[in-house]
Amino acid sequence: MQVKGRVWKFGNDVDTDLIIPARYLNTTDPAELAAHCMEDADPSFAKKVSAGDIIVAGKNFGCGSSREHAPIAIKGSGVACVIAGSFARIFYRNAINIGLPILEAPEAAEALQDGDIVEIDLGAGTIKNLTRQGLYQAAPFPSFMQEIMQAGGLINYVRERMKKHA
Amino acid sequence: MGMTITEKILAAHAGKERVIPGELINCRLDLVLANDITAPVAINEFEKLGMDRVFDPTRVVLVPDHFTPNKDIKSAEQSKLMREFARKFGIVNYFEVGRMGIEHCLLPEQGLVVPGDCVIGADSHTCTYGALGAFATGVGSTDLAAGMATGECWFKVPESMKFVFHGKLRPWVTGKDLILHCIADIGVDGARYRSMEFTGDAIEALSVEGRLTMCNMAIEAGAKNGIVPPDEKTEVYIKRRAKRPYRFYTSDPDAHYVEVREYDASLIEPQVAFPHLPENARPVSEAQGIAIDQVVIGSCTNGRIEDLRIAAYILKGRKVHPNIRLIVIPGTQEIYLQAIREGLLEIFVEAGGAVSTPTCGPCLGGHMGILAKGERALATTNRNFVGRMGHPESEVYLAGPAVAAASAVTGCITHPKEVVGNYAG
Repeated sequence: MQVKGRVWKFGNDVDTDLIIPARYLNTTDPAELAAHCMEDADPSFAKKVSAGDIIVAGKNFGCGSSREHAPIAIKGSGVACVIAGSFARIFYRNAINIGLPILEAPEAAEALQDGDIVEIDLGAGTIKNLTRQGLYQAAPFPSFMQEIMQAGGLINYVRERMKKHA
Repeated sequence: MGMTITEKILAAHAGKERVIPGELINCRLDLVLANDITAPVAINEFEKLGMDRVFDPTRVVLVPDHFTPNKDIKSAEQSKLMREFARKFGIVNYFEVGRMGIEHCLLPEQGLVVPGDCVIGADSHTCTYGALGAFATGVGSTDLAAGMATGECWFKVPESMKFVFHGKLRPWVTGKDLILHCIADIGVDGARYRSMEFTGDAIEALSVEGRLTMCNMAIEAGAKNGIVPPDEKTEVYIKRRAKRPYRFYTSDPDAHYVEVREYDASLIEPQVAFPHLPENARPVSEAQGIAIDQVVIGSCTNGRIEDLRIAAYILKGRKVHPNIRLIVIPGTQEIYLQAIREGLLEIFVEAGGAVSTPTCGPCLGGHMGILAKGERALATTNRNFVGRMGHPESEVYLAGPAVAAASAVTGCITHPKEVVGNYAG
């Protein structure tokens, strides 16, 4: 699957409170959560972001709370992929489980600039900077996680497995 | 080669003789946990599976603790959804307001988590239970939904890091100070995906409460779990509480660690973590005199009876500074009652503090002590991220209960010895 969009660049250690502050966790509605996505890092982010855009950040993206509302808010805002130097482990699992594409690519995370237009082949894990050239390769997912992603998330994966065992 | 305690627990739950770091395994779960924020999402996902039962109604724990007693209509709807789910599926361990507590104070206290367990919780601080010699880790709501349905969860076996603390602690130094010092040393991703194993004579000397505080904050270094090898103190703590049989695992002498770090704990001062990351911890002497507006004593990190005793010792016969709002939150109803019986709550109220029913409340900027723009809090909680306790331009400093209580008296960040001298309780 190919995605193409504008880069929104953030720093290191973007925590889940920045992605979606706890004051908005009294709902599970993706659209409501998306309206406050990244609010405490950039109050106008939710208004500026367009479907297909890309979040790029440094190391340890999604650290902090286990709130699945964080990847739900990002996905709900239309962001097509998050590229980071590294991901905190609970966020990483959550993103795969709900089907938010993420790529661990330290070189790309460093080189890509805010406003760049990039083209990503999610299957191959290649990231192409169309604004200032540059081609980057993301770390591949273990085959087990690819199965979860291909099933469309963990719940579908579990459902298929339970059917087999039934 | 031998195995670490974490590897042994994971191997036992995966039905394997041994596991190695990096291996993907499927583990049987002893307990799964969710709260009023994470359960609603998990319930939505669980319902997509079309199941008419959870894997074991005695092994699912649901605790409304974050926005409770409910702060607004939306959060009340979330709690209602969880309550109705608990009734429908016969969840034995649903804890209603008035009988509940902050989940990570409540589960160990009630003997619901026991040594040797493999536990997932849809709350990042689930790693707290490692203090009892269990493997426990935080997950998101969808993992939790799958866990409720199947009683299983997949894990990548983590590499282990060993942290050895030697020596006798200085007056007023607690588990909170040791873990803040450790996070300052390795950084907020210093143990990312790894297991943090805490050992050494200083850990052996630490109370189970102090160990719970340390393991609670393993996630603040990015760890998958924190763990303390169980010992006689664990046995004393657990034997009168355990609701299930338990088993002590210990690391083999030739177990492999990717890193071993040693600390002379006798040199560690009470710590204060500056905004906006827990890794910004420094000795309190470097924070001395910073003016604050609010002090919060409580949370899954420091809301236990030992923490309240330390705070009460310092506040007894003293008054909260006129510029300070002191909020004290006992972690569970049992702790609340114990604190009443010991006269601790009277001390807090006499001093001019507000005492709340158990809730996560201010720790995550939920309710019960939200900060306005430009305000500064000192809290015994676990995170000081931007906007964590309220306005994005407010600030949170983290410390243990002794520094928090002393600072409530003086109105600025203060070493406890400045208020009560060196005698620690």
